[in-house]
Amino acid sequence: MSENGKSMDSSRRDFLTRAGASAGAAAIAPGVFLSAPAAAKSPDQPVSGDKRWGILVDTNKCADNCDACVSACKEENGWGHSETHSRPDQQAQWIRTVEIRNKATGFAKTLPMMCQHCENPPCVDVCPTGASFRRTDGIVLVDKHICIGCRYCMMACPYKARSFIHEELHDQLPWAPRGKGTVESCTLCVQLVDNGDIPACVEACSADNHNALVFGDLYDENSEISRELKKAESVELRADLGLNTGVRYRGL
Amino acid sequence: MKLAVNYREIEGKSAGFWVLLGGLGLMAGLAFGAFLYMEHSGHYVTGMNNQIVWGMPHVFAIFLIVAASGALNVASIGTVFGKALYKPLGRLSGLLAIALLLGGLMVLVLDLGRPDRLIVAMTYYNFKSIFAWNIILYNGFLAVTIVYLWMMMERRMNAYYRPAGIVAFVWRLILTTGTGAIFGWLVARSGYDMAMLAPMFIIMSFAYGLAIFILVLMAAYNWTGRPLGDAILFRLKNLLGVFIAAVLYFVAVYHLSNLYATEHHGIERFILMDGGIFTGLFWIVQILLGSLVPLAMVYHPTLGKSRPAIATAAALVIIGGFALLYVLLIGGQAYPLDIFPGYEVVSSSFADGAFNSYSPSIWEITLGVGGVAVALLVVTVAVRVLQFLPETLADSAIDPHAAKAD
Repeated sequence: MSENGKSMDSSRRDFLTRAGASAGAAAIAPGVFLSAPAAAKSPDQPVSGDKRWGILVDTNKCADNCDACVSACKEENGWGHSETHSRPDQQAQWIRTVEIRNKATGFAKTLPMMCQHCENPPCVDVCPTGASFRRTDGIVLVDKHICIGCRYCMMACPYKARSFIHEELHDQLPWAPRGKGTVESCTLCVQLVDNGDIPACVEACSADNHNALVFGDLYDENSEISRELKKAESVELRADLGLNTGVRYRGL
Repeated sequence: MKLAVNYREIEGKSAGFWVLLGGLGLMAGLAFGAFLYMEHSGHYVTGMNNQIVWGMPHVFAIFLIVAASGALNVASIGTVFGKALYKPLGRLSGLLAIALLLGGLMVLVLDLGRPDRLIVAMTYYNFKSIFAWNIILYNGFLAVTIVYLWMMMERRMNAYYRPAGIVAFVWRLILTTGTGAIFGWLVARSGYDMAMLAPMFIIMSFAYGLAIFILVLMAAYNWTGRPLGDAILFRLKNLLGVFIAAVLYFVAVYHLSNLYATEHHGIERFILMDGGIFTGLFWIVQILLGSLVPLAMVYHPTLGKSRPAIATAAALVIIGGFALLYVLLIGGQAYPLDIFPGYEVVSSSFADGAFNSYSPSIWEITLGVGGVAVALLVVTVAVRVLQFLPETLADSAIDPHAAKAD
């Protein structure tokens, strides 16, 4: 995120927070104040643009040969075992580990790759039906009901984050809809985030004591992710494209 | 003074006519079978994967759509630019445009992951998507060209035929711009990401549409025994030569632009030198057989006057066009995305940094060929039931001098 964009967004957020709080205080009976809202969002509550979810990946902490994030994502979202007919290059991958080496220095490292949840996602721009969309809280998703399977989003994504389902699936999880002939990708575990939890990959990384992934609200200056981003240098992949990704990398 | 042109349906009683109809019908039927199989099984039975997401069906579909807009060019030259020589060809030109577009759209739709949701594609629009605009442009092109044909064929409506022709001409330029932009606006892939692809697709459409037009015209007049004079044919083949050269020019500028920018050296090295099948297709099929040979043939003092040579040159242009689109579409996806500039990928489970391979399945090829068959089927049936073809295109009937004076 650009510095300018961040300051503009945070001043607007402050204004909205204060205005909302004053309105709320006025509306509620005098003397009675509600306690701080729980992080969880009830299903009938709209998604709020006051937040922007993101992940900071500290590649220095990412252990070689560790794929805890990938395994956790598979388990939480039910992919990785159900495509029995598809060739390996046809099977879906919501998150993957990639080992890269600096061409000039030879320095190598491992990192997780998934949907970068761009603020200006090319997949959303190109989608003819609007099935590819970005929630106001920054999570980029595919509406499985109106995806026609044209795969133009896969052509447009600079990160190869999306997969096409090449065969009939039978064991989808209720909270992670998937289907033959549609496109899918990392949902930032929206089902968990909306309940006030954190994505499965981040949870698994912490459980293994690597703590290479930090999840949180990029708009909240006091969130751990914002504090970490402020503390040390981080980059967005293909920053030249100006997409303002929600996923940031440190150590590249 | 205008020469009267008599249009008449073809007789359509010969064995050859029924063999043609049956053959094309069979190919269309096989394509439908291939579609049902792919749709029932899922795309795992195709050669496509998560790296090469658009395969052989798209090569056919894009070729047919590009050629469709180009096929209308012959009518436009007559109507918009007032060249009387081309006017008797206008009806066939409009018909071919509609038929080729129908064939291309059929292939495109039947390769969708969810072709059953075609109604969704027609009712939900994301107006930032050039693909969504193309859906509107394709449907609009069909409507505009049908109206144009109606004005052309219905004597009472002849007064409105020039405005209709101008609308159709402008519409087709926008349409082909949109088709080129589908690729030109993909900023993340180094093989695309060039606005020049839009005008390049327009000039490609001129060449491929005209090549198909010449072949269909020659076949129709040869098989029905109607006279087709040298005046028209030679004019068309000379024009084809101009278009072949123009495509070559655009291809040269495209590659030179990429070669100048260091960041694109990788894709150029891949296409021009190390790309295996793509390099072979580029140099041997697209450039040599599909451009230089037909260019030499149409302007050769003796070959340029030989009908088999003209037909061969037109066929070579079509083959070269397929090669160009295959190299651009598939080659552009086979070359890996540069997600980590400055780094090389040591290992990845998702083929990051790797040259992706693609072998089209028989189903995809059958579906693509079926699109061509459907287009030709529409033309064959239409010229049988409606008055698309002039009874004669002999030199005496089409006087180029009168045409100039018109």
